[in-house]
Amino acid sequence: MARYSIAVDVSRCDGCGSCWIACKDEYCLNDHLPTSVQTPMMGQTWLTLKEIEQGENWKIKMDYIPVMCQHCENPKCAEGAPEGAVYKREDGIVIIDPVKAKGCKDLVDKCPYGVIYWNEQAQVAQKCTMCAHMLDNGEKTTRCVESCPTQAIFFGDLDDPNSPISKFIAERGGSDQFGPYRPEEGTKPRILYKELPQVFAAGEVLLADKKNDCCEGAKVVIKNVATGETRETATDFFGDFEFKFLTKGAEYEITCSYEGYKPQSVRMVLDRAKDLGQVVLEKA
Amino acid sequence: MEKVYANMTGGGPVSVYVEDGRITRVRPLQVPEEDFPKPWVIKGSDGKSYSPPKAFRLSPPVHGERNRVYSEDRILYPMKRVDWDPNGERHPENRGISGYERISWEEAVKLVGSEIQRVQNTYGEAALTGMTSSHHNWGIVGYKLGPYHRFMHMLHYTPIYDNPDSWEGWHWGATHTYGFHWRLGMPEQFDLLEDALQNTEMIVFWSNDPDSTRGTYSGQESHIWRVWLKEKGVKCVFIDPLYNYTNAVMDGTWLPPRPGSDTALAMAIAYVWITEETYDKKYIARRTVGFEKFRDYILGDEDFPKTPEWAEEESGIPARKIRALAREWAKKRTCLSSGCRGGQGSACRTAYGTEWARMMVLLQAMQGYGKPGVSIWGTTMGAPASYKWFPGYAEPAGQMGRSDVAKNKICFSNPTKQRLFRLTLPDAILNGHDWFRGEGFCGATLEQQFTENNYPMETKVHMFYRYGGSFMGTMSDTSKWVKMYQSPELECVVNQDCWFSSETNMADIILPACTNFERNDLGEWATCGGYTTMAHIGNNWRVIVRQQKAIEPLGESKSDYEILRLIAAYLGREEEFTEGNTEDDWARLFFESSEIAKDGDITWEEFNRKGYYIVPCPEDRKSTPSMRWFYEEREADTPDPGNIPRKNGHPEKLGTYTGLIEFEAQSLLENLPDDKERPPVPHFIPSWEGYKSEMWYKYPLQMISPHPRFSFHTHYDKHESWLDEIPMHRIMKNGYPYWIVRINEKDAKARGLKDGDLAELYNDRGRVICCVSVTARVPAGTIHSYGCTAKYDPLEPGKADSVDRGGCVNLLTAGTLLSKNAPGMTPNSCLIEIRKWEGEC
Repeated sequence: MARYSIAVDVSRCDGCGSCWIACKDEYCLNDHLPTSVQTPMMGQTWLTLKEIEQGENWKIKMDYIPVMCQHCENPKCAEGAPEGAVYKREDGIVIIDPVKAKGCKDLVDKCPYGVIYWNEQAQVAQKCTMCAHMLDNGEKTTRCVESCPTQAIFFGDLDDPNSPISKFIAERGGSDQFGPYRPEEGTKPRILYKELPQVFAAGEVLLADKKNDCCEGAKVVIKNVATGETRETATDFFGDFEFKFLTKGAEYEITCSYEGYKPQSVRMVLDRAKDLGQVVLEKA
Repeated sequence: MEKVYANMTGGGPVSVYVEDGRITRVRPLQVPEEDFPKPWVIKGSDGKSYSPPKAFRLSPPVHGERNRVYSEDRILYPMKRVDWDPNGERHPENRGISGYERISWEEAVKLVGSEIQRVQNTYGEAALTGMTSSHHNWGIVGYKLGPYHRFMHMLHYTPIYDNPDSWEGWHWGATHTYGFHWRLGMPEQFDLLEDALQNTEMIVFWSNDPDSTRGTYSGQESHIWRVWLKEKGVKCVFIDPLYNYTNAVMDGTWLPPRPGSDTALAMAIAYVWITEETYDKKYIARRTVGFEKFRDYILGDEDFPKTPEWAEEESGIPARKIRALAREWAKKRTCLSSGCRGGQGSACRTAYGTEWARMMVLLQAMQGYGKPGVSIWGTTMGAPASYKWFPGYAEPAGQMGRSDVAKNKICFSNPTKQRLFRLTLPDAILNGHDWFRGEGFCGATLEQQFTENNYPMETKVHMFYRYGGSFMGTMSDTSKWVKMYQSPELECVVNQDCWFSSETNMADIILPACTNFERNDLGEWATCGGYTTMAHIGNNWRVIVRQQKAIEPLGESKSDYEILRLIAAYLGREEEFTEGNTEDDWARLFFESSEIAKDGDITWEEFNRKGYYIVPCPEDRKSTPSMRWFYEEREADTPDPGNIPRKNGHPEKLGTYTGLIEFEAQSLLENLPDDKERPPVPHFIPSWEGYKSEMWYKYPLQMISPHPRFSFHTHYDKHESWLDEIPMHRIMKNGYPYWIVRINEKDAKARGLKDGDLAELYNDRGRVICCVSVTARVPAGTIHSYGCTAKYDPLEPGKADSVDRGGCVNLLTAGTLLSKNAPGMTPNSCLIEIRKWEGEC
């Protein structure tokens, strides 16, 4: 039996919204029994893009996370639901049975990811079915994956090394590079993400006696004060540096140095992405 | 039983699924893998082979075409304004206020036909005028330049020139620097994807957000190219007042200049290259003219040196960053990406935007424009492809009034000489006269730009036959359009469209047209032809589609051809209009005229049955990167049939007077030598409405309103309600989808505004309510709100000065042109103030 999943490389997503709209097209006013009944034209967005803007001054980053049903191993929506109302298929897809779950409005609030919607007319809770009706009909993809222009999102059987998703994951350094979105929810999601945004630190190095020019090639080292872990980079031709994928809330020490100049260190707690501004090095 | 039909849109080819006469879904054209020809392969400098995926990447809103077809905004019946009486009081002052009554097609045709007769008999044939909006549908037979132009020219109407609204500065400026007027000022883009993957080390995106503007009609085909370049390690720099969506995915360095200061920034870069002698001297000597005068101007002989420090004062970009960029640009093989087709961008729609566009060309000239890796490339066109000809809507050969497939090329025999101009149309109607330069799209000669037009030449116009209606959201200072519609000079206004748009309810008679999902047609993806010849190079695959009618026309709507045929029949001119052809007859005639058909690549019968044909990319094709021929001092080898010097026997030349890149434009020197606003050598001229201009002290916020991301022009917005749920497009507040204004935290705080507030954008020209997005994506002092809303929703309908809550920020922009002799629009030189909206909505 296949083990279906969707994997997302967040660094490739530009937030175009194709997946969002294609998903609406598949489900609005279209019945796909037994896995779903039609959704109303407005009000349900089974797949949304979470826009995350970080940074300050001119050091900005924007990321988009496609968020849909995570098809969890331990789906919260199934807890306490009537027999057969919420079930996990052998291929891993979590389905809210549109007949057996009728009237179960409480499913909506159980989902920690907020991706279940109440259909007032049909009296049923609804969410992404990973296009189960298409797969059951012999199709090889989902509408969201089909629509993606940057190949940021792939579908397939995780157990088949030749499936698009397996190849996609392998090309990106293997499954170690992928993880769940908000694992702290403890539901063991099936959907996989690479490069979920984390806080970053950026800045510019300047030499005190050459302030009219940018300082390329300055060495910048960042140290996680608690773990002692360090990373190193060099300023680019704009004199800028950045460290991505840092831990929110951790304390860091950043040391800038350039030959012939006195190094300078800055310590800070990264409660959010930060631009250190100018670090000016004095002549040694 | 489910049926599947092929069709084409302005954002890609689709499969339309139909059950019981209703569209159920619209997907990217479904093509079995074996139907794909062999894909092209580009060997990158990293040793990798790059090939496109076997799939078509639509523009995002095209996935919601079903939603748009069944929009509540569809016009379903012919209608007449209740207080418009052609035999009595016409009440023009109530346009935009009064309601409508349903009438029969018979009545509608009679009303329109008899008004055409009355107006033309009373005032002369030229008293009829009209114009269309663009791109709401796709298809050669049905497109506006087909039946509508054939019909209106047959009636000898007064045409209204379009202005080149997306690339003004390039059209009116860059043409005098490097020619390409047959491309309306935008540069060649052939084989530049290969050039970038093989040679380019850095891309400077300047006023360009290709992930949002998408090479116009090619959907999202080029997104993967930029991802390849990013993952290959090409450095990216973005010069844009907005931290744009392309930057979001490319993760480049952001330099946000003050709107309108781009020319200063460009001149400072030239200053660094001149003073540090890091420009291509051989190229300057052999391939350009007038450099000395330009150099002297940059160094300050006339006034002051254009130093990075000076540019810092103008733009807010630190001088050291300008110097660093200039040095790296000179050191690396740098591609300049100045607008989605190479030459576009909101910077060219500012005061004196001609100067910026000219500077873009001159900067690359200083670095050997055409050298491997040194290009002007929008990053949205330039895939390898076959160049076999298939008609496009924008070229005579693709228009039923101009093509050889017609027995009578009616559009060429309109004796009416007078012309109107879209940007000044309201002024012409309201003032009764107009003067303007140019011939709209000046693609034949550089001199066309200098033509002087006086209106009226034959007679004032009194009947306006409008097709579509988006200009409230797309033109400038648009409250004057409301005033124009309410003028008694316009005795009859007709509007024909598929949907209610921003101008529809200014009409006296409304005619319902159907979409191209409700009629047959044919068209090639992205192929407009003419000025942007071979535009299919914006796609990874060449796709020609037999556009198949999927459902019956909604309500009583009809195809545009059928509507115009009925009116022609009323006028006794049906045969002249149709030549006895049905729409399918025309479709076949156009198909048979193509090289695809003539070479027997696919028969009409098979094309008709299958619904599509994917044109293979020849394996033995020769790559001809744009401008390489010029750099290498050869004859032009690019497949541009419009190349005028080549037609004139000089394939080694550019389209300028000297055939070289002109730092001092000879065409301007010869024709308008005393023009201080577009002088022969480009100058920096402070904006009349910009940083520290007089108006700035009252309205200190500079607003830019570039082309939108989730709609195409005004299309899809308003008519595709699913977009209202995307909070990057509109924000729902109290059940109403508001247009978004983006404002820096500092500016927001100073005005007591927070995220999600409703705010009033205002100046002396207008007032617009938007929903506030507080963001670091614009620096303090700059406001961003997309142009091109489809919704015009005045709180006091019919009042030109009413507050609007649809998001028509073009009510705020100035109607002032680029400069006296360069009649382009300038919406990105706009000063406003913002305050919290406390009123009711």
